[in-house]
Amino acid sequence: MSTKTPVKKYITANEAVAHAAKLARIEVVAAYPITPQTSIVEKLASFIANGEMDADFLKVESEHSALTACMGVRMAGARAFTSTSSQGLEYMHEMLAYVSGGRYPLVLVNVCRSVALPWSIWGDQQDAIQQRDTGWIQIFTETGQEALDMVLQAYRIAEDHRILLPVMICMDSFIQSHTEELVEIPDQESVDSFLPAYDPVVTLDVDNPYSISVGGFGKHYARWRKEQQEAAEKAREVIVEVGDEFARIFGHHYGGLIEPYRCEGAEAVILTMGAFTGTAREMVDEMRADGKAVGLIKVRAFRPFPIPQLRQVLSQVKAVAVLDRDCSWGYEGALATDLKAALYGLPNPPAVLNFIGGLGGADVPPEQMKYMLDKALGAERGAPSSLEFIGL
Amino acid sequence: MKLKEVSKEELFRCSYGCAGCAAVLAVRLTLKVLGRKSVCIVPANCISTVSCYYPQAPFFVPMTVMAFAATAAALSGISAGFKRRGREDIHVVGFAGDGGTADIGIQALSGAIDCGNKFIYICYDNEAYMNTGIQRSGLTPYGATTTTSPSPCFENKPKKDMMRIVAAHDIPYAATACTSYPLDFMQKVEKASKVNGPTYIHVLVPCPTGWGFVPDLTIELGRMAVETGMWKLTEFEHGEFRTTYTPKRKRTVAEYFEVQTRFRHLSPEEIEAIQREIDGGQVS
Repeated sequence: MSTKTPVKKYITANEAVAHAAKLARIEVVAAYPITPQTSIVEKLASFIANGEMDADFLKVESEHSALTACMGVRMAGARAFTSTSSQGLEYMHEMLAYVSGGRYPLVLVNVCRSVALPWSIWGDQQDAIQQRDTGWIQIFTETGQEALDMVLQAYRIAEDHRILLPVMICMDSFIQSHTEELVEIPDQESVDSFLPAYDPVVTLDVDNPYSISVGGFGKHYARWRKEQQEAAEKAREVIVEVGDEFARIFGHHYGGLIEPYRCEGAEAVILTMGAFTGTAREMVDEMRADGKAVGLIKVRAFRPFPIPQLRQVLSQVKAVAVLDRDCSWGYEGALATDLKAALYGLPNPPAVLNFIGGLGGADVPPEQMKYMLDKALGAERGAPSSLEFIGL
Repeated sequence: MKLKEVSKEELFRCSYGCAGCAAVLAVRLTLKVLGRKSVCIVPANCISTVSCYYPQAPFFVPMTVMAFAATAAALSGISAGFKRRGREDIHVVGFAGDGGTADIGIQALSGAIDCGNKFIYICYDNEAYMNTGIQRSGLTPYGATTTTSPSPCFENKPKKDMMRIVAAHDIPYAATACTSYPLDFMQKVEKASKVNGPTYIHVLVPCPTGWGFVPDLTIELGRMAVETGMWKLTEFEHGEFRTTYTPKRKRTVAEYFEVQTRFRHLSPEEIEAIQREIDGGQVS
């Protein structure tokens, strides 16, 4: 444990993330304004302007260029940071794949927001989910504290020589990004001991020239991609390892890839990602007090997907309610699909009930959490999966 | 710069460029000037296509391929990274084609010039998307046919004036060049390398495959482009444009068009109209 008492401040999750980027000693920020992310980089700009932080701010003309510039910074061997939301993340799409394919260990914070059309600046997770297959490690957070802690951990995970994959830390808009909570800001010395200076594997090095991130035919291309998949799978261990080490120094532990809550002996479990987990946790407490055997799993890592962890916790459960704040149009919520695939082959698997809610900034209040859990309690094991839009 | 001062070191060699390709010549000449302390960014274009496939490695300096629209943003980011690492002595140079510059890359180019980091952006202009099979770009000249502007509906817009576009950003240094005038081109690269900010060099590179001429005429075609007034060798510095070379010999566009298949469909009247426009001081 760190011997120093951390500073505690009432700040928004966006501000917490800016503190994390500063503590991570990032050297270049490249960002473009978009609601609800903007206050992260505004805070970083003010840190730089008032001399609290030694970094350069590249005021680029688009998110496409923001991510490209960050990748360039990494190629030169320095640490970079960017954050975005929604249309901005969509606009980065091409470069997201470039960054992960090139194995550049970037960290990006996405404040999850709906995707147009219909136009909405409010929250859901459609933007992040649509980037699922771009090769980024995706971690969803619930609070400002968790977001701060995970940005620091993200640099460790990404820059680990066994991984070398970019990490996207996802936060929910407004209820997380713009809501003040008491956040512990760790001291620089402890962060430095946890997160050493960037030790790049490959850079554009004039003393040791290579053609890097080049083209490959057939077998060469496929071999490169297989290594990328192996690194993404390896990240399951490294995320846990880094999380444990972080807990030893800073005292905050989040449970690794998933955080199960009161799942012992549960008949029905609800799966959530992000800030809505808090409401689900309270409802689980309330229903447990009424004698109902319910539990909760907060899915923290969406990629790599926590297959063994979910199989282990859910093998004895009768039914799972999955709350998706996204939809793969023409199928169902992405979390539900991935969960069902993860459970494939389990003897007597639980029924999966998919609920799509909280789209476009809609709330998912306690009574909706109760509705989903009650439905799951009433479902029979082995029942066909279902899909329902809630709150309409 | 004198011919005998030009480095004999070849830092770009053995690419799969077409016979008579002036784009690869532009890279070779550039690296003769910049030397080993340079890194190259090449987006989707002919140069990357003929030089990036593992295990082939024609670049003897660090090189990376880049997304089509992203050349200038990458240059800006790499430059910012080197600055943080105390390596401002390294030249960060990009080679984007005409489409990669005037069309899909123009937004990032504008943003990167505005951002102000030190880099050399080289637009090698072969006047169409040659790598993908000769499609029309914003820098295809009036009257030319391409696979997306076939005869009789040939290209009916003049080339975008990239020099005026970059000059409007108050860029510290910009120039036009042509590989047929290697010393003029290399001098401009050298000048750009000494500027502590964004620089832009627009080099015309005749393309036998896309323009339809025999490969041994590459150098001659570049000379003809300049001698007809279709292309001018200029510089933009301290807010002023300057001509760096005025051809002694004048040639007609008809001569220039005759040796290329892409203008073959033009009638004598149409060629004459283009000639009149050039004589009036306007380059199509």
